[in-house]
Amino acid sequence: MTAPLLEVTDLGVSFPHAGGRHRVVAGISYALAPGRTLGVVGESGCGKSVTALALVGLVPAPGHVEGSIRFDGRELVGQSHAAWRALRGADIAMVFQEPMTALNPVMTIGRQIAESLVLHRDGMGWREGEREAVGLLEAVGINAPRDRARAYPHQLSGGMRQRAVIAMALACGPRLLVADEPTTALDVTIQAQILDLLQDLQDRTGMAIQFISHNLAVVSAIAHDIIVMYAGRIVERAPVEALFAHPLHPYTQGLIATLPDPDHRVARLPVIPGSVPDLDTGGGCRFADRCPRADAACRIAEPALVEMAPGHLVACFKAGA
Amino acid sequence: MSAAAELVALDRISVQFDLGGGGFLGGRRRVLRAAQDVSFSIAEGETLGLVGESGSGKSTLGNVVAGLQPPSAGTLRFRGRAMDAATWREARRSIQIVFQDPFGALDPRMPVSDIIAEPLRIRCIGSTAGRRARAAELVEQVGLPRDALNRYPHEFSGGQRQRIAIARALAPAPALIVADEPLSALDVSIQSQILNLMKDLQEAHGLAFLFITHDLAVVNHLVDRVAVLYLGRLVELAPRAELFARPSHPYTQALLASVPRIGVRRHRRPAISGEMPSPLAPPPGCVFHPRCPKAQDACRHDVPALAPAPGRPAQLAACHFKD
Repeated sequence: MTAPLLEVTDLGVSFPHAGGRHRVVAGISYALAPGRTLGVVGESGCGKSVTALALVGLVPAPGHVEGSIRFDGRELVGQSHAAWRALRGADIAMVFQEPMTALNPVMTIGRQIAESLVLHRDGMGWREGEREAVGLLEAVGINAPRDRARAYPHQLSGGMRQRAVIAMALACGPRLLVADEPTTALDVTIQAQILDLLQDLQDRTGMAIQFISHNLAVVSAIAHDIIVMYAGRIVERAPVEALFAHPLHPYTQGLIATLPDPDHRVARLPVIPGSVPDLDTGGGCRFADRCPRADAACRIAEPALVEMAPGHLVACFKAGA
Repeated sequence: MSAAAELVALDRISVQFDLGGGGFLGGRRRVLRAAQDVSFSIAEGETLGLVGESGSGKSTLGNVVAGLQPPSAGTLRFRGRAMDAATWREARRSIQIVFQDPFGALDPRMPVSDIIAEPLRIRCIGSTAGRRARAAELVEQVGLPRDALNRYPHEFSGGQRQRIAIARALAPAPALIVADEPLSALDVSIQSQILNLMKDLQEAHGLAFLFITHDLAVVNHLVDRVAVLYLGRLVELAPRAELFARPSHPYTQALLASVPRIGVRRHRRPAISGEMPSPLAPPPGCVFHPRCPKAQDACRHDVPALAPAPGRPAQLAACHFKD
């Protein structure tokens, strides 16, 4: 395996709350190599999006980021706003779930794409930028790119808007693309097209992708490695084949089992009882209250991520049993 | 399945929305064709899945069945009688609806007991005490604690709210529940809980469901038959097992191929390219022809009729070249 492009060590994000601090995510560690796709899966509130925001330096104001994010050997945590601005959109780009909110409604698509070129490339003017934008629109599979570049966001369909957002993210040839639920707002046939586009672009440019989704099936289709998050922690991390062949954490096992399989019908789906706990519920494993295997020990100490097989880590006291 | 009596039938239903233009100020008159010439029926106790992508007209048709949207053309029948204002008054309690967003569907100022009893109160069914008792019974049936009755919607999670919405739909003892994407707003681990609840209720009460969704995995799990919509047209109508084993319409085939499956790496090259055209200007002939790999000249001119797939009389597809 090549040297990692991104190395996250013991990353945590906390927000002030009622005199103390709420740790929204904690103990996040992983590495991502060029040309690889890391899938991050979890339900709403598990901290997957805030982790992504930390990678691009966009954790909102009272939030505090701790730990280490090394990108190409350089420490990002604690760097200046100016340093973030230079990095963001150039080396690290992000694609959000809702393309309409990521686009400026009163600016043409072409100009929005040109904007990041003008900002990040020395000597690049608007006219040249807009010319290049047409090429980028073509690269993401938009028909009649010259016309589309002159269009406003509301004149495009949802799938086309997401392609435009991807074109914008790719404008400066980022080495890391952080995609937060990029296909969730799209129909399945369009989702398939966007997944395909991301894989094609990765093949062409060798960029690394961190792909965040609540949908296990979507992640399994595109990722090389997967992180499963629950209540602000990584509970399992594994290569995609290993994760689905031998899920070790009871939460991962539950998630896989509860999904209706389009190819196999069962009378009743297994369920994970209860719902996600509130933040910071004291010590112990965060999944203990919903876990079929939990015992007294699970409620006292929090399990650490332990490597059970090469590249396959799990945070569960009962995983070996 | 087909032996059971017909509960609801749509007979050549079309819905169009006039978006203005063409009047005093001139301009082109714009008409959005949300559903065109759609016919299907739901038997007593049957679960029919209505599947399609956004803009296919599935919610519009659900609203027609629930009496929330009068059709522009065609007839809706309930237990053999064509629906008009008078028959609706009677039938309305028998057809209830559960919406996608359990946050928008519940009145934040009403306690849960009032929310659940509201369909009864509106129709003056039972006494106040009787309605309270019914609400208490329903709360337990949908798996909520009894003390939920005196609490307000904001105190509940999304999954619990969807349970409240289901309890409300059950209150007047309906024969059919229209469920419009009831799982889409819920977390993955909660979806299976609600799916199981709907199955339990169906078995306990002999309820029929019109289950509207874009999620084919859920469809395969829950329904007896599937109706596939594309751009306002019914393109395939088939028993569940047949549809999943051997989809007949090219669009159904593409839809099935597009569903990501756990642990299955996708084969590159999506099943179909392009996007659904605007319902303001549906293409002539078969509505799917601009994206269809099998399209021929005939497809560009003639609207294909819904007809049995070769050798499978129960599986209907609207395609000149169906499998």
